[in-house]
Amino acid sequence: MEEFGQVTLKLLGGFSSSVFLFVLTLLLSLPLGLLMSFGTMSRFLPLRYLSRAIVMVLRGTPLLLQIFVIFYVPGLLWGFQWPSLSTGNAYFDTTFSNRFFACLAAFSVNYAAYFSEIFRGGIQSIPKGQYEAGEVLGMSKGDIFKKVILLQMVKRVIPPLGNEVVTLVKDTALANAIAVTELMFQAQQLLNAGLIYPIFYAGAFYFLFNALVSFALRKTEERLAYIAV
Amino acid sequence: MPYLEVKNIQKSFDGEKILDDVSFSLEEGETLAIIGRSGCGKTTLLRCLNYLESIDTGEVYLKGEKILDASYSKKRKKEDSFRRHFGLVFQSFNLFPQYTAKENILLPLSLQRKYRQKSGIMVDENSNLDEVVLGLLAKVGLEEKKDLYPSQLSGGQQQRVAIARAMALSPDVLCFDEPTSALDPELTGEVLKVIRELKEKTRLSMILVTHEMAFAHDVSDKILFMKGGKAIELGAPEEVFASKKEETIAFLSGYRHSNPSE
Ligand SMILES: Nc1ncnc2c1ncn2[C@@H]1O[C@H](COP(=O)(O)OP(=O)(O)O)[C@@H](O)[C@H]1O
Ligand SMILES: [Mg+2]
Repeated sequence: MEEFGQVTLKLLGGFSSSVFLFVLTLLLSLPLGLLMSFGTMSRFLPLRYLSRAIVMVLRGTPLLLQIFVIFYVPGLLWGFQWPSLSTGNAYFDTTFSNRFFACLAAFSVNYAAYFSEIFRGGIQSIPKGQYEAGEVLGMSKGDIFKKVILLQMVKRVIPPLGNEVVTLVKDTALANAIAVTELMFQAQQLLNAGLIYPIFYAGAFYFLFNALVSFALRKTEERLAYIAV
Repeated sequence: MPYLEVKNIQKSFDGEKILDDVSFSLEEGETLAIIGRSGCGKTTLLRCLNYLESIDTGEVYLKGEKILDASYSKKRKKEDSFRRHFGLVFQSFNLFPQYTAKENILLPLSLQRKYRQKSGIMVDENSNLDEVVLGLLAKVGLEEKKDLYPSQLSGGQQQRVAIARAMALSPDVLCFDEPTSALDPELTGEVLKVIRELKEKTRLSMILVTHEMAFAHDVSDKILFMKGGKAIELGAPEEVFASKKEETIAFLSGYRHSNPSE
């Protein structure tokens, strides 16, 4: 029983890294994805084509490869080291390794590319009449987007966005490839030490977390049900 | 000097002339009905007046002041964003689905106030926008629906909210683009009734594109009949309906047996 407690602690430690990676990736990739979607729709053609090319490459190559590139290549080429960070706060004492940040960067740009395509589809699916109604009512372009288009777009993109978010929960396990001490990393260590069940235990963590994420997405969808689009 | 004067407007899409030298004028408080077959350029004309399309040649004057010509691109001049000369009621309502009836009308009002403040224009801080909105909803008979979302309203009610919203910024001329065409027949009456009341109870100048011939005949002071982008007839309803012109007769005969609505 004592061993089970230790295994649980170890997995929880890894799980917290996974959750941080998940949450921070979302916080960075959602706005970045929106910006990228503006780029891919820009009237300024060089920007549009550059943005589309970047999105295509990010979607067309493995995330694992992107993690390796972002973690190793800047160091090999320019001697760049990803920073690490210790919070050193009494209530929140955690260390984020340089590996963690490299992973976070890779996840964020990769997911931003997927999100940007979803946002682009969402924005382009809003009827032209919504923009024109705003124009005729004297609204500025920025206000038309913020006050009229944005929420309708959000409502439309939640289902496809949800699919990606659920995938992201599982993809955090890829951080193990550069030895970020997340949930898979811990489970693998225990496996190497001869313990089999922690790998299933870790599976349960992912599964339950995803159940929670799906629940939150469903609730958000319900809250926006009054918007008929 | 007429209140509104539209002079020689031409507009082409891809080399095809859609508006071919259209002119008309309107006195304050008058209603102009525009009739004509589908595709003759009615919507395009309203879109040009509402700055949704640019024009190739021609001018529009309001109370003697030029408000539109070919040099006027879609990038509007600053002062024009404060004074919308025209309001537009769309065929497909185009209400904002995430806002209640009240919020749909309040949004342009509060944004307008924000823009004015930003530019250092004096605004009457005491004027209560909520009251303005309720007054507008009363004009279309929908005060008690103020907190409902568009999805909770019938098509006719949605269009009435859209009419109230189009009046929010007190346009000099209110345009309607086939306001009942997207409605089930049993719902057209309530929208036509609202327009008729506006005509009778306010001094609002209106341009009404419609296929409701009986209504156009009753409510308008002038009728413009268009064909192929050209103004064929322009005159009092009785004159146009009694016209001897071949194409006018042909067009109107298509409506001879249709029921006058309302
Ligand atoms: N943005 C556009 N690009 C090209 N053609 C257009 C455009 N808008 C309208 N047209 C054409 O202009 C003509 C008149 O259209 P419209 O003004 O909508 O007619 P109406 O409202 O009288 O039915 C139609 O032939 C239509 O195809
Ligand atoms: Mg039309």
